[in-house]
Amino acid sequence: MAKAVLYDATKCIGCRACQVACKQWNELPAEVTTNQGTYENPPKMSAYTFTKIHFTELEHDGKFQWVFAKLQCMHCEHPACATACIVGALVKTADGPVIYDDRKCIGCRYCMVACPFGVPNFEWDKPIPWIRKCTFCADRQGGGLKPACVTTCPTGALEFGDREELIAEGRRRIAATPDKYVDHIYGEKEVGGTSWMYLSPVPFEKLGFPTLRSEPVTINTERAMGAVPPVLLGVAAAMSGFYWLFKRREKISQAEAGDEEKQGEKVK
Amino acid sequence: MIQRTRSLPLGTSILSGLVILGLVPIVLRYLNGLGATTNLSDGRAWGFWISFDLYCGVALAAGGFTLAGAVYIFNLRKYHAVVRPAVLTAFLGYTLVVLALLVDLGQPWYIWHAMIYWNVHSPLFEVAICVMTYTAVLALEFSPAVFERFNWRVPLRIIRAIQIPLVITGVVLSTLHQSSLGSMLLLMPDTLHALWYSPILPILFLTSAVAVGPAMVIFESTLSNRAFGHKLDLDVLSGLARAIPYILGLYLLLKLVDLMVAGELGLLFSGYPHNLLWWAEITVGVVLPIVLFSLASVRQSRRQLFWCSVLVVIGLVLNRFNASMLALDMRPGFTYFPHWMELAISVGLVADALLVVVLAYRFLPMAYHEEVAAETG
Repeated sequence: MAKAVLYDATKCIGCRACQVACKQWNELPAEVTTNQGTYENPPKMSAYTFTKIHFTELEHDGKFQWVFAKLQCMHCEHPACATACIVGALVKTADGPVIYDDRKCIGCRYCMVACPFGVPNFEWDKPIPWIRKCTFCADRQGGGLKPACVTTCPTGALEFGDREELIAEGRRRIAATPDKYVDHIYGEKEVGGTSWMYLSPVPFEKLGFPTLRSEPVTINTERAMGAVPPVLLGVAAAMSGFYWLFKRREKISQAEAGDEEKQGEKVK
Repeated sequence: MIQRTRSLPLGTSILSGLVILGLVPIVLRYLNGLGATTNLSDGRAWGFWISFDLYCGVALAAGGFTLAGAVYIFNLRKYHAVVRPAVLTAFLGYTLVVLALLVDLGQPWYIWHAMIYWNVHSPLFEVAICVMTYTAVLALEFSPAVFERFNWRVPLRIIRAIQIPLVITGVVLSTLHQSSLGSMLLLMPDTLHALWYSPILPILFLTSAVAVGPAMVIFESTLSNRAFGHKLDLDVLSGLARAIPYILGLYLLLKLVDLMVAGELGLLFSGYPHNLLWWAEITVGVVLPIVLFSLASVRQSRRQLFWCSVLVVIGLVLNRFNASMLALDMRPGFTYFPHWMELAISVGLVADALLVVVLAYRFLPMAYHEEVAAETG
């Protein structure tokens, strides 16, 4: 069964222990940032920050609210990055994580452009750069552990488990307290489903989440790539046919010209 | 002596200067990385190099397969004289694409991984394999010019024997990768603006490349006329020009029907500011050339043919920049304008190619006169 995480924004207190745990487990360096006028820090995910808590200040239910959202790779069911990757360095595993093999990567950055969530990042400051993103702690999962961020979360805002069960759990929570949540599990259907899913008290577009269709973003690409073998054979056959046709037409017209010349000679 | 000083004209010196100017940032890029030499970022991971060198470079090299196909497959002998220059510029165009990729890739020393780790679902994989193979095909298609120069009869005979399969292979490979450059953008339905995103992007990219092929040949041969003095028959140029409105007409029809089917025609008037980019590309590169190339008076004037072909080229460049950069959303909170070093590297690479063209015209039999004479004589 594929593993997944359900993030409940109503349980998150914005402590950012997940950010710290992620940096520790992945041995990522701290980044020097400047004060942006918010507790949200660092301001963006990068090759050195795989996850961060996004802080949204808004008015909800007639009072000021701070709503948090943990951002990281969504580990899509049909990942655009894995379809994009020229060398197959990015792969969706049956267990859930979308993993990256830096022994294959050539640094083309198509994954960064293709990702609908803007997740894969690049080591721009290095002469020998790699792509970096959340690994869903595939290494820890292989050893029977939960991801570092889930293990460290003090409030249970992050719940790790089988994807189908977590969807059922999300539905249960929404049904139990419908005024606490919007009726939407983000990631259940978006881009064909993701391994990371969200519950929120406010509509997701207010948290800056992209509004995405439920069909995988890879669908048109798959169709186009499926047409390649027939197009290859078709064009090759058509071109050979045209060559034969025009060559033959030329021969016939030459032969006719030859006949006319002969006739002309006879008349003479 | 006097003649020798004359034979290194101002143009060649300028080109050599640009090549050297472009080498400095290349060295810096390998020493300090992409972040130090470009304005690329996590929000704009593909920039000027991908839009200009890859997207425009490949499309503008379409003259090679369209002309080779027209002459050798469709037996349009009239255009024999322009095939060799068109194949050379295509070959140089593709070489330039590969060189630019060696600068753009994060790990260019692993570019050969594309040959051993196959991801057959990736449009970029298809582009890579086709570009690689087609560059080799173009080198072979052009090789007779070198063999004739040195009078190597055996290799010449071999190439002549496989010429038709080579040309067919070239057309097949071009069809595949010109279109799959469009397929690459199919992965971005949410970030590419609806005026450009379409399930038929591969077909649109192929059609516009076929249309720009003859325009590029008019453009290049007019310039080489002025620089090197081989004058082509006006009949050849106007014949090429006559084909362009049909291809562009089909392209325009496809674009409009596609928008209509998607129900997005209204965006042409409401999608500000992107709709202005669309109108610019379509007016300059499609509608004006269709009208102008249809006029007999335009087709009788070398100067007007040249400027109309420039319009087609500009329109194509606009289209590729729109689809791969200007209408492709950045991640929120980022901005991008190319660093001067990005521009300098691209300019240097183009100058490289132009220098090779200068050398080829000086030392190689570029027009087909010799071959034609040998065949008939």
